[in-house]
Amino acid sequence: MPDAEPPIIQVRDLDFFYGPSLALSKINLDIRRRQVTALIGPSGCGKSTFLRCLNRMNDTIPGTRVAGQILLEGMDIYAPEVDLAHLRQRVGMVFQKPNPFPQTIFDNVVFGPRAVGLARQRADLDEIVERSLTQAALWDVVKDHLDEDAQSLALGEQQRLCIARMLAVKPEVILMDEPCSALDPIATLEIEELIAELKAQYTIVIVTHNMQQAARVSDETGLFWLGELVEFSPTQRMFTRPEQQLTEDYITGRMG
Amino acid sequence: MPQSLRAAFDREFDDICDKLVHLSQMVDWAIQRAMTALLEQDSLTAEAVVANDGDVNRLRFEIEEACIVLIATRQPAASDLRSVVAVMHIVVELERMGDHAAGIARIVLLMEDEPLLKTLKKFPKMGELSRQMLADVVQSFLKRDPEWAREIAGRDARLDKLYHATIDRLLKFMVKKPDAVQRCTYLMWVAHNLERIADRSTNIAEQVVYMMTGDMNELNV
Ligand SMILES: Nc1ncnc2c1ncn2[C@@H]1O[C@H](COP(=O)(O)OP(=O)(O)OP(=O)(O)O)[C@@H](O)[C@H]1O
Ligand SMILES: [Mg+2]
Repeated sequence: MPDAEPPIIQVRDLDFFYGPSLALSKINLDIRRRQVTALIGPSGCGKSTFLRCLNRMNDTIPGTRVAGQILLEGMDIYAPEVDLAHLRQRVGMVFQKPNPFPQTIFDNVVFGPRAVGLARQRADLDEIVERSLTQAALWDVVKDHLDEDAQSLALGEQQRLCIARMLAVKPEVILMDEPCSALDPIATLEIEELIAELKAQYTIVIVTHNMQQAARVSDETGLFWLGELVEFSPTQRMFTRPEQQLTEDYITGRMG
Repeated sequence: MPQSLRAAFDREFDDICDKLVHLSQMVDWAIQRAMTALLEQDSLTAEAVVANDGDVNRLRFEIEEACIVLIATRQPAASDLRSVVAVMHIVVELERMGDHAAGIARIVLLMEDEPLLKTLKKFPKMGELSRQMLADVVQSFLKRDPEWAREIAGRDARLDKLYHATIDRLLKFMVKKPDAVQRCTYLMWVAHNLERIADRSTNIAEQVVYMMTGDMNELNV
């Protein structure tokens, strides 16, 4: 498939340091619009660090330093004039453990829109709640209990609520760090289905420890190893005839 | 595949390879016996080859089934997946080689005691060449040697040459001796079966190349 559109994110010679220690080294890759990009690799190879670079979540950790560039629609996200709240609205994140706020389902979903001033009127908020929950495949389950405590939901539902909460602010890119690792197999498959649906409108980058999951959900896959991007290939190729011996060895369980 | 499944996969794939070798030996036996039956006009041996074909088929399905189970339970990827897929193709080729051997044996039964022809001289050579290709290509699979596989596929040209020379002579013979048409036709079928056996070794060689490199190409085109 020829790339009709330019990539939404371009990463150029990215280095990342925790204090003196180099966690990412010379990362170069393009993230394509409305595609699912999976990041795999052994524990500690830098997947989460890389993901957090994409919306500057690492900035909250003291002593960290970035070199190189990350361009979102051509804009350098590390440029001094960048508004962090706006960046994180455009590039949303879903975490490993579902982390709904101890509030009602409704309040969870409207938290972002209220905070960034996207909507204030009840009718607008209602509209956002329905749209977001529908997109997160949760509307039919919760539409009659919107005023119930979000934390009373099942774990898989909580994770979908967190996705809805993020969708409520209309992001362009969704980052997911092992979004299924706390979920049972059924809830995992539901999230995977959801990813396939969200792909129609959003760009998704997912970190996963489960190689089969990467194979199932993604269009492109990157393998990280000791802070370096070893291979970045179309997923079908990655899992049938990878280019690098290291990828081959990792995928076939010979190391890692 | 997670590292923890690696050893189990290796063990199960080794078992499959052992069975594949066994299948190739059964097929080699069938080719060798079919040729003996032809050259010695020995219908008992020919019948044994035909009877053996059912076992070849059964072992092929057994190996295919084991491959399917391996895919379902271990979810192999990359070279592991290509290896399992290669085995599934290779056992089909082996089974069909068995059919060709049984085909030769059936012709021997049809020919009964009709006298053999002098053109038969080239048949033992064709039989030997195709058996050697089969033995080597199975070794190239076990040794995971795509270069050797390519070399083996290259030998197919010699067999093709022998085949065309044989057909030529049989045709000329038929023109000269119309009463030998039936015998000549039978022998053409035999030659055809031998030529196909060698072709199938070439197909196996292609699978070895695919397994090792991921390249899906026809060799000898
Ligand atoms: N807050 C931090 N301070 C210092 N070092 C860190 C910090 N977070 C991560 N690291 C280090 O950076 C490296 C990359 O860690 P990271 O969490 O990005 O790996 P990962 O690939 O996401 O691993 P996992 O699969 O276990 O989640 C590791 O060596 C880790 O110890
Ligand atoms: Mg991580």
